[in-house]
Amino acid sequence: MQIELKKISKTFDTDGVKTPVLFDVSFNIDRGEFIAIMGPSGSGKSTLMHIIGLLDFATRGGYKLDSLNIDNFDDNELARLRNQKFGFVFQSFHLLPRTTVLENVKLPLTYSKEENDSSALARDALKSVGLTHRLNYLTNQISGGEKQRVAIARALVNNPDIILADEPTGNLDSKSGMQVMKILQNLNDQGKTIILVTHEFYTAEHSKRIIKMMDGKLKTDTKVRNRRRASSNGKLK
Amino acid sequence: MRYYILSLQKSIAQLFKSLLINKTRTFLTMLGIVIGVSGVIIIMSVGAGAQALVVSQIESLGSKVVGVHPGNSGKDSPPPSVMGIVITTLNYDDLQAIRNKKNVPNLVEAVGFIRGIGTASWKSNSYNTTLNGVTSGYLTVEGVELKEGRFFLKAEERNMSRNVVIGSLVKEELFGDSDAIGQKIQIRDHSFNVIGVLKEKGMVALSNADDQILIPMKTMQKLIAGVDHLAIIRVKVDNEENVKQVMEDVKYIIRAQHNIVDQTGAQDDFTVRSAAEALETITTITDSLRYFLALIAALSLVVGGIGIMNIMIVSVTERTQEIGLRKAIGASSANISNQFLIETISITSIGGLIGIILGSLISYFIYLGAQFLDYKDWEFIITLDSVALSVGVSIVVGLIFGIYPARRASKLQPVEALRYE
Repeated sequence: MQIELKKISKTFDTDGVKTPVLFDVSFNIDRGEFIAIMGPSGSGKSTLMHIIGLLDFATRGGYKLDSLNIDNFDDNELARLRNQKFGFVFQSFHLLPRTTVLENVKLPLTYSKEENDSSALARDALKSVGLTHRLNYLTNQISGGEKQRVAIARALVNNPDIILADEPTGNLDSKSGMQVMKILQNLNDQGKTIILVTHEFYTAEHSKRIIKMMDGKLKTDTKVRNRRRASSNGKLK
Repeated sequence: MRYYILSLQKSIAQLFKSLLINKTRTFLTMLGIVIGVSGVIIIMSVGAGAQALVVSQIESLGSKVVGVHPGNSGKDSPPPSVMGIVITTLNYDDLQAIRNKKNVPNLVEAVGFIRGIGTASWKSNSYNTTLNGVTSGYLTVEGVELKEGRFFLKAEERNMSRNVVIGSLVKEELFGDSDAIGQKIQIRDHSFNVIGVLKEKGMVALSNADDQILIPMKTMQKLIAGVDHLAIIRVKVDNEENVKQVMEDVKYIIRAQHNIVDQTGAQDDFTVRSAAEALETITTITDSLRYFLALIAALSLVVGGIGIMNIMIVSVTERTQEIGLRKAIGASSANISNQFLIETISITSIGGLIGIILGSLISYFIYLGAQFLDYKDWEFIITLDSVALSVGVSIVVGLIFGIYPARRASKLQPVEALRYE
């Protein structure tokens, strides 16, 4: 078991106003799974993903990563885990402005404690998303689909076990969205665990397992019977 | 250890990228420090240059000259006359008493001064210059020589003689190539005969010996200045070893002249000083003035630092999403804090460096200007303490004013930072 969530609850406290967003959510994730977390906005799916990715923390409940309780980790260890274990892909890309594609992809390596040839690793990651021809473009010079592929390359560069994607196709046209899903499926085929947050059923059907959230509670947890394969008409180089 | 060096290298590479992304802002942020540091450098350098000039000017007076100033002043403070206060306690009789070899055996000669300014004219030419009422010992005491003609005699000091001696610059301005000796010049509606021209000498005791007209004492007092006192008496001593003795003799005789019984000096209405003492006093004054001004300039560095803090806080807010992202992909709070702190310190350090270069350049141009204006003894000095002060203050300012924004950045929660719009 890679990730173990036990009765996770989360309440936001904004200037004394308490807003509960998650109630006793429990499920496990195994290595190599492709999970889509679905639900309408406000259902708590993003918060759940942030907690899984160690970007946020549960108010109550237990979270074990590779059988280790994350409560015992300090800031430095959490940073190291985010750096080594997880790769994040966001709806709005979050690329550094006025910086080249290559530099963006290299960024996680600057926080890596291991010595590495960051340029070579970044090139490899960009190759796997078909963007070797954009290495020295600035991030404002490329299309939305390309931006998201850069973000995926950045998520891959440290060779993490788990890719967390928060509405990765949300800002993309269908063709670019298809390309992104194709890349995620390929990564999953290579053995990476993918956790995808989406509100589109069509996108969720590309996964192997769908967890539906409603009002902060886990509603259903089902296997996908007729899994979609992203067509390769979004041609990748 | 290796990891830290590695991560430092990475931080520095990151740093230059982020500084270069915002070139205009980085430059404007630096400007406060650049101005502050160049201010410190210029003030310290000009101060040192001017001090060198003053010191060499005082040394040019000769170590064998003793000055008698009107008014009492403490040992370490300047005579009141330096501050522009007019005190009338010295007079011609005091000078006469000093000139008496019986009173001051080691005396070579003494000269009294009363100064003014005025316009001298000859034919259609006129020239504005210093008018110096002096006594006949002027040439001996000041070490100035005549180029032509003669100097006025002792008798002419008192008999309202209209004979004057002019400096070489005045000769040049009024007469050009014509002969000056025997000519009549006009000063304030009075007519004077030129009987001598001084040899070129340059700056002596911060006044230009070439740019003056020497007028017999009584004539100057009555006709031009309308006063009865002397501004200063300067006494030349036969030997450096006798300077102290002469100072005592002069004090004694003037106390007698002024009916002062108290020999401790508390009641004195005059001050006797040697050039060495004057040097010490001037150095004390200029030193404290220099450090005071440098301190004010350094204060502007603090203001610059607050400006930098302001910009860095804006930068943290502006880059909230970036900070969130960096945390999401593995930056620890310490990484983020270091990033901003290093950014601030580099802005101040680079600004400091530019300031030192700029300040040195400007100081050098001021030095060239001084040379051009014939202040040959002005020196170009960049003191190590001014550089150390500037660099030190720049780094400390960066550190102090960088900590708050850096801490603010590092405390951001990744998810909140990412969500920030």
